Amino acid sequence: MNWLNSSVLLAAIPATAFAAFPVPLLLQRHGRVTAAVATAAVMASCLALLLPLAPAAFAGGTEIARLAWLPAYGLDLSLRLDGLGLLFCLLILGIGLLVVLYAAWYLPASDRLGRFYSILLLFMAAMLGVVLSENLLLLLVFWELTSLSSFLLVAYQSEKYESRIGARLALAVTGGGGLALLAGILLLGHIAGSYELSVILAAGERIRAHALYAPTLILILLGAFTKSAQFPFHFWLPSAMAAPTPVSAYLHSATMVKAGVFLLARLYPALGSSDLWFWLVGGTGAVTLVYAAATALFRNDIKGLLAYSTISHLGLITLLFGLDTPLSVVAGVFHIINHAIFKASLFMAAGVIDHECGTRDMRRVNGMFRVMPITATLAIIAAGSMAGVPLLNGFLSKEMFFAETVTYPQFEPLGWALPLFATIAGMLAVAYSSRFIHDVFFNGEPIDLPRQPHEPPRWMRAPIELLVLLCLLVGVAPGWTVGPLLDAAAGAALQAPLPDFHLALWHGFNKPLLMSVLALAGGVLIYAFRRPLFAWQDQLPPMHPRTAFERFYRALAAGARRNVARLDNGSLQRYCALLIAFVVLLGGWAFFSGADDAGGQPAGQAADEAAVGTLLVLLLGALGATALYRERLLAVILVSIVGLSVTLTFIRFSAPDLALTQLAVETGTIVLMLLVLYYLPARNAPKSSAPRLIRDLLLALLSGGGLALVTLRMLAAPVDTLSGFYLQQAVPGGGGANVVNVILVDFRGFDTLGEITVLAMVALASHALLDRLTLIAPRRDPDGRAWASEAHPLFLSMLARLLLPLALTVSVYVLLRGHNLPGGGFVAGLITSVALVTQYLANGIGAVQPRLPRQPVRLLALGLLLAAGIGVASWPFGRPFLTSAHGHVRLPLLGDVELASAMVFDLGVYIVVVTVVVSVLSGLGQLSLRARQPVEEA
Amino acid sequence: MEALLATAVGVLTACGVFLILRARTFPVLLGLTLLSYAVNLFLFASGRLRLGAPPLIRAGGSYTDPLPQALVLTAIVIGFGMTAYLAMLALRALSESGGDHVDVAKEP
Repeated sequence: MNWLNSSVLLAAIPATAFAAFPVPLLLQRHGRVTAAVATAAVMASCLALLLPLAPAAFAGGTEIARLAWLPAYGLDLSLRLDGLGLLFCLLILGIGLLVVLYAAWYLPASDRLGRFYSILLLFMAAMLGVVLSENLLLLLVFWELTSLSSFLLVAYQSEKYESRIGARLALAVTGGGGLALLAGILLLGHIAGSYELSVILAAGERIRAHALYAPTLILILLGAFTKSAQFPFHFWLPSAMAAPTPVSAYLHSATMVKAGVFLLARLYPALGSSDLWFWLVGGTGAVTLVYAAATALFRNDIKGLLAYSTISHLGLITLLFGLDTPLSVVAGVFHIINHAIFKASLFMAAGVIDHECGTRDMRRVNGMFRVMPITATLAIIAAGSMAGVPLLNGFLSKEMFFAETVTYPQFEPLGWALPLFATIAGMLAVAYSSRFIHDVFFNGEPIDLPRQPHEPPRWMRAPIELLVLLCLLVGVAPGWTVGPLLDAAAGAALQAPLPDFHLALWHGFNKPLLMSVLALAGGVLIYAFRRPLFAWQDQLPPMHPRTAFERFYRALAAGARRNVARLDNGSLQRYCALLIAFVVLLGGWAFFSGADDAGGQPAGQAADEAAVGTLLVLLLGALGATALYRERLLAVILVSIVGLSVTLTFIRFSAPDLALTQLAVETGTIVLMLLVLYYLPARNAPKSSAPRLIRDLLLALLSGGGLALVTLRMLAAPVDTLSGFYLQQAVPGGGGANVVNVILVDFRGFDTLGEITVLAMVALASHALLDRLTLIAPRRDPDGRAWASEAHPLFLSMLARLLLPLALTVSVYVLLRGHNLPGGGFVAGLITSVALVTQYLANGIGAVQPRLPRQPVRLLALGLLLAAGIGVASWPFGRPFLTSAHGHVRLPLLGDVELASAMVFDLGVYIVVVTVVVSVLSGLGQLSLRARQPVEEA
Repeated sequence: MEALLATAVGVLTACGVFLILRARTFPVLLGLTLLSYAVNLFLFASGRLRLGAPPLIRAGGSYTDPLPQALVLTAIVIGFGMTAYLAMLALRALSESGGDHVDVAKEP
């Protein structure tokens, strides 16, 4: 089978996991057994897909499968399976299967389990993704997915406050670390020139020599340390113990917390072997190792003890990677395996005890050996492994650790320091393991248990039995059992030939053995003197990083609320003032910090009388309108004088199209303003207070002065424009001599399409805003004079009727010629609108409305469809959207007319513009038909 | 000439900003209109001021920059749309709140 090559198999592993994660949820109505079996089947399928690939990975090969995804960003769906990935896959899937079995018995019978198993599968898929990623960006995506899915798992019993807090804390810490990791990975990719691991792992020398090595390393380590609960980010893990015990056994011993150390192992060839690595990784690991071991001793909650023990062991693994010798890396990988095995079984045993007794408090749970001898024996063996007792797997990796500290080259003058430190750490591990064994299984009678404990069901114990069996097998015969896997994984982590080491139980009488003996004896001794120790610990000030975090979190939320309340007070005036002030600041900063590249006076147009006169009128109009804005009618007239001056300016400076448009819009605007004025309250608003007035004047002067300066500077700068292209291409490319129109309908037709869509939205909004709106129509003006009752003077009415056909003819002419002479859809549309609005003014809304189409929405749609349709029409000819075609046609009377497909586009623009202007103005006008009459004051 | 135009842009902006900061809807409407004039003139001026050089292709003609003109043309029409929208909003607010203050009524 040719297609079933190894790349396909490799890609199928995470693909299966991701595709199948909703299955338990879908099957849960068939009962919890079905859901469990389905989950186990998914994991087993992944394992089955993995098996054919395993031999190559055992032999030291690296299988890579690549599928381009976003190559422009360096993000590909590329996967990688080597020894390290294989080891983690086996841990994830193997322990996953056991957890599925265990959870089916552990979780309450009322729980249908579909949701639990689905999230568990999602988490497993994300974990598989992390350990199988070849692309670091892809790894990060999966990394974040593990954070999210673990949030859901920890908060599984969401009705409990503890669960919600624990989940949030875990997400905040690991999510924050994920952000740092993202930055670190981006830097790493920048340094190495690729996000592919095979490139990065081979570029170690270059990466370490790079100036950005230190920030890269620190950021990546932040990601790894938060995930693996290293000091001082460890505090989320004990809080996450609010999760159901199967989750703790899976996430918090075997898989997710191992993702951090996995990353250390994965990137060791690229980032390791430097002093910075040694001090950061080794130092963090060492502090975590001892601090967490000491804390574990004082925990009263069984899971709390195990959580701190996990932190401590993760610290040990981190320390081993930090020691930065090939053999220490081997020991680190070995301890990953051993810890996963014994800690998962211990968590499961803790879950059994919790399940049977109804509490996990070691001050109450005592003497369990008599109640459940089999579980007790299993847990005691696993705890022995945790303590490093010979014949168990934990002993082997701890011996390797001790041996490493003895032979470590770096600390020549202080050769005894590191072994001493390691021995103390060993003692503490023995001490808390002793406490776990003695306090739970012996130490008298149980005190006031909520339930009467028994041995757990057969199948609930089975996973523990299997794991403890593995502890023993690995501990007695490491070479036969775990040897090949360890060789493959450590080789992949090192990306170099393995150092010479010998996995065996007995290495003869040597220093590491002496250290082990000392640790065992010392640990038991510490536990024997626990009473004074506990008393001493009780009087220490309590440390609650979780409450501190909660307080910080609440303070942050309260602070945000306060800030929002302060800024968002519902005052539009204040928003506008703040916005304008910010723009002024930003503009001023840019203006004064920018390079002074203009130089000299604006060399341009000499002043001529017409233009100067126009602009002076404009200035007077603007200032007058502002000064007299309370005299509303006068202000409207002054503003329209400004508008006309702008129109004249456009004409003077070679912009006939703009002038036509502005003129037509001016007419519409003034009608609009008058319509609005009719309804708005006429009484004069109270004057603004003096400080407000000063603030506004200041803002106005600053923004006006600023923009004037910018304009002057812009006009003085040399002209650098792309208009040459448009001028050259207008006739040959667009088939029109009016370059402005050709730009609108052809070169930048897509923009125009967007703009007429916005206009169409205004018309739609007018429907929404004016629908069933009734206002009070005043009968008298503010001075008490009645409004004229003769609405429509006969003269105007007659003239408007004569004018209409004329105006329509002109607008058609302007539309048609627009491609070559000033005009076009916008201008023609505005002329038609003005002609129609004049009809309203002259004849009244009641006379005109019935003669116009009732459904402006349809017209809008027609216009937009024409414009977009002519754009799409170029597709069948194999051209991109909105490609224009043109040719010459001879028409009677008009002569030689150049027809371009862009004219259809222009027709669409025309229809939209007419519809919008007319429907908005007539909509406002219609308000008068249903306006209420005011209550006459006596 | 350029200095005068720059002054015009500045004065229009200043007047527009001042009116936008008023508390009643109608001056805001006027201010927005003035500000639109300012922005349109500013954009137009970025193509430089030239007499007698409209961008209509003809034999031996010299042309001003057509691109700012195209931008300003649509800006004028959109500006009208915006003014119209604001006007309708003002009327709606008048009917909902019974007044023409731009702010949400605080306490009754």
